[in-house]
Amino acid sequence: MLELVARKEASRFMLWLTPALAVILTMLSGLALFALLGKDPFEAVRVIFVEPLLDPFSRTELLVKGAPLVLIAIGLSFGFRAGIWNIGAEGQFTIGALTAGAVALAFWNVEGIWLLPLMALAGAAGGAAWAMIPAWLRIRFNANEILVSLMLVYVAELLLSAMVGGPLRDPDGFNFPESRMFHDSATLPIIIEGSRAHVGALAALGAVVIAYVLLHRHLFGFQVRLFGQAPRAARFAGFREARLVAACLGLSGALAGLAGMFEASGPVGQLVPALPSGYGFTAIIVAFLGRLHPVGILLAGAVMALTYIGGETAQMAMNLPAAAINVFQGMLLFFLLGIDVLVNYRIRLRRAL
Amino acid sequence: MDLSALNPADLAFSLIVAATPLLFAALGELVVEKSGVLNLGVEGMMILGAIGGFATAHGSGSLALAALAGAAAGALLAALFALMTQYLMSNQVATGLALTLFGLGVAALAGQGYAGQTLQVSARLDIPGLTDVPVIGRLLFGHDPLVYLSLAATALVWWFLNRSRAGLILRAVGENHEAAHAIGYPVRLVRVSAILFGGAMAGLGGAYLAVVQTPLWVEGMTAGRGWIALAIVVFAAWRPWRALLGAYVFGGVTIIQLNLQALGVAIESQYLSMAPYLVTILVLVVISADRARARLDAPACLGKPFYASS
Repeated sequence: MLELVARKEASRFMLWLTPALAVILTMLSGLALFALLGKDPFEAVRVIFVEPLLDPFSRTELLVKGAPLVLIAIGLSFGFRAGIWNIGAEGQFTIGALTAGAVALAFWNVEGIWLLPLMALAGAAGGAAWAMIPAWLRIRFNANEILVSLMLVYVAELLLSAMVGGPLRDPDGFNFPESRMFHDSATLPIIIEGSRAHVGALAALGAVVIAYVLLHRHLFGFQVRLFGQAPRAARFAGFREARLVAACLGLSGALAGLAGMFEASGPVGQLVPALPSGYGFTAIIVAFLGRLHPVGILLAGAVMALTYIGGETAQMAMNLPAAAINVFQGMLLFFLLGIDVLVNYRIRLRRAL
Repeated sequence: MDLSALNPADLAFSLIVAATPLLFAALGELVVEKSGVLNLGVEGMMILGAIGGFATAHGSGSLALAALAGAAAGALLAALFALMTQYLMSNQVATGLALTLFGLGVAALAGQGYAGQTLQVSARLDIPGLTDVPVIGRLLFGHDPLVYLSLAATALVWWFLNRSRAGLILRAVGENHEAAHAIGYPVRLVRVSAILFGGAMAGLGGAYLAVVQTPLWVEGMTAGRGWIALAIVVFAAWRPWRALLGAYVFGGVTIIQLNLQALGVAIESQYLSMAPYLVTILVLVVISADRARARLDAPACLGKPFYASS
């Protein structure tokens, strides 16, 4: 019989091996899933995981999908390390897009290089403000931030829908619930000619570097890690929990809001009710897959972006349902959490008595 | 606005229908949390129960079979959660989130062929003489059997937790798993059973939603109800009868906002649709504000992993 034996110390080797194992296990289960759906499994895996890497346009699309995932996941990783669970990044993303879009529309007939920075500021501020609601309610009233931040996702999406159907609606748009298209000054510069890859990808890279420094070379990172591993010691050391809650939620909200601004002023180019497309939730998987470590998140974001693009290709080429990719991503998180057991436990074979 | 178009008896009737899925899910999660496990995957189990129930009702036309299928689907997903958290010692919060994401994906995949389809399953009670009594007749005797089942389940869960020996053991496990283990109670077995029960109840709630409340399959149709059920458990302070009250309050909010939309109130429908979510937040704030009280109510081992070294 197999039994688990607790390790004295977490295995560093397993810590980095398990995410790779999880990806492999997900691919294997994916084969079974596609066979079950009546599709050629090897063809499906090739279309999802290999084809996007061969096609030059798809390669640049990795940056388009990966940037928001990495940006949001970096923000979430701080809170998750400290045991502060912001799972409403999707809502903060939506509000960031909304506030940034409102700025773009307010200056609809004004050109200027100051507009994009102003929009980025508005997006980050909007996302942070939205995240401060659960932060404040937790600090002041002890309300569970998981439930509050999640409820606010629905509120944010309804608010966006109300806004593009009302005050922000395109006056020449035949009453469609859409805003005007943003003009050139409010659209993100493209970094690779002929693609949709925008400067958001550079911002995501910057966030990875800054997060690494914060986490490993700054007192804030130390506080975050200490609160996650030994909350009582952290309190004893005089670190204030309220401040940490506000900082973690505010930071993740700001980054999610920024990602929302990038999405609105990048690939979408206007405000539409369908703008929030699940990046905020997928980023949770990215954060865990990347071990809550900035560099890990960068790699995990690339893997996840690959499944998005491959999934879209497979939808068209193989008539694979869109939801199959969500199942795929869910499975990935399961496998990851499941084999995580190897980090803290050893498996020992016990002889029958 | 013409308020006379609203019939109080009709409103109360639809309130009960809207509250029933929440009640099932909240009762299940309440038992799970009493055993010391936090399963945040209620939304995922509910939506899987919804598609399981919908597909079964679509094929068989039977409410009973649909309810069973929904419960089975929910329990199946819960079994995965039990395996992960109780045997592979994974983080309960993260695993619950995974359950929700995975459940939503699987349900969308399984439900593709049913998108936009409707159902005609009617199994409402009709007792000659009683159901025809004006106003209260239909309200008391005119529901489908699942509504009565949800009420019976409330009473049963109360009895189980407060009056049965097994319930006492379950609570002991939730309050102090180390002590329960030392006495010799099977902590893991108790928790796995509770998790499976919670999954079945969430699935049942989902099935009721998709088969009776809105007999129409739409992707993501649970729309946060699983999370609201989690909030109801907090609101209920882990007491079954208060969970009933909580579910009916949320059912009421849903029905009021829907009726206001139908009446064409001069407020954008989106703002009215926000009501259930905002009320959830408000309720959480009010209930949690008294920290000492909240700490006393919550099971002491809620969300903590248990690893028996021997």
